[in-house]
Amino acid sequence: MAHTRITTATPSPTRHHRSSVRLQALRAAFPFTMPICLGFLFLGTSYGILMGTKGFSFVWPMCMSAFIFAGSMEFVTVNLLLSAFNPIAAFLLALMVNARHLFYGLSMLNSFKGMGWKRPYLIFGMCDETFAINSTARIPRDVDRGWFYLWVTVLNQIYWVTGATVGGLIGSNLTFNTDGLEFVLTALFLVIFLDQWLSGKHREHLSAIVGVLSSLVCLALFGAEDFMIPSMIIMLALFVLLRPHLDTLHHQPSTADSHIQEEHQA
Amino acid sequence: MTMTIWQGILTVAAVAAGTMLTRFLPFIIFPESKQPPRLIEYLGSVLPYAMTGLLVVYALRNTPILTGSHGIPELAACVIIVVLHCWKRNMMLSIAAGTLAYMIMVQLVF
Repeated sequence: MAHTRITTATPSPTRHHRSSVRLQALRAAFPFTMPICLGFLFLGTSYGILMGTKGFSFVWPMCMSAFIFAGSMEFVTVNLLLSAFNPIAAFLLALMVNARHLFYGLSMLNSFKGMGWKRPYLIFGMCDETFAINSTARIPRDVDRGWFYLWVTVLNQIYWVTGATVGGLIGSNLTFNTDGLEFVLTALFLVIFLDQWLSGKHREHLSAIVGVLSSLVCLALFGAEDFMIPSMIIMLALFVLLRPHLDTLHHQPSTADSHIQEEHQA
Repeated sequence: MTMTIWQGILTVAAVAAGTMLTRFLPFIIFPESKQPPRLIEYLGSVLPYAMTGLLVVYALRNTPILTGSHGIPELAACVIIVVLHCWKRNMMLSIAAGTLAYMIMVQLVF
């Protein structure tokens, strides 16, 4: 794992101390979320406008962005709402479109250990962008990891819900030419990918290549709408095959984590 | 909307439930109190790198390669980001320059 696993260990539970821990984590987290702010306000607004033009009140995009909080699935749900009523099909479609979240969860099992009351919300709010930041950011040693994760998650959700609600309110009265602004999220993923690559070694490089190649091959074979699940299956198979080569965790992450857990409980 | 309001709410609830199941399932199967199997720990250590790669491909999945602009704006913007980021290593600078270049290309050139 690239990020530091060290939290502030000073257990002085005064109100002043706790608020300064929160503030310090906010200061560390906010810069990471700035590109997402731009991207989410834009995409969220487009999504709200789309729902507005289809005749939905702003309450719909507001609630859907808050409770579903998975961008691409919300766009899909607009079409579901305009077709015949079939909640079971909607449920299964959500499972398939969002299957990638399963891998996010597996990646964060260790990091979210000992997060207490924050943990359910961190899991609830783990969209692509939040996962990309939280799984890769090198959190400074003196910043509380739990609060950093929480701020990234909360801020990103605020951006998205705000965008969707404003979009629903303004309808299609936007005049500024925003063609191409959606590329900001592509740029974000690419920059995170580059950061991982530049700071990684052999194992990280090979893992990244597995991810890119299996998804490119599946994109060519299955097309843009259906490539996600096949690429996840191929990725999994490749990682199992490459395990003797890649599984070089000589250090014991379990002991390091239980140490952190103790600190949290202290 | 062709549905009644309650059918709409149920549909949204079904989508939310499906989405949440994908997010919570790994944490339900491997609870905090138990040590996950070594294979799962191993996957957790390599998957973040692979999933970022998948997200880059996912974000570019609708790039028209054979039609329209042939993906030239996307390719050019990505090259700008790669070069700038390897050179300056500044996240905001790379993202802003790449996005601006892309917007200028799709609005004015293509």
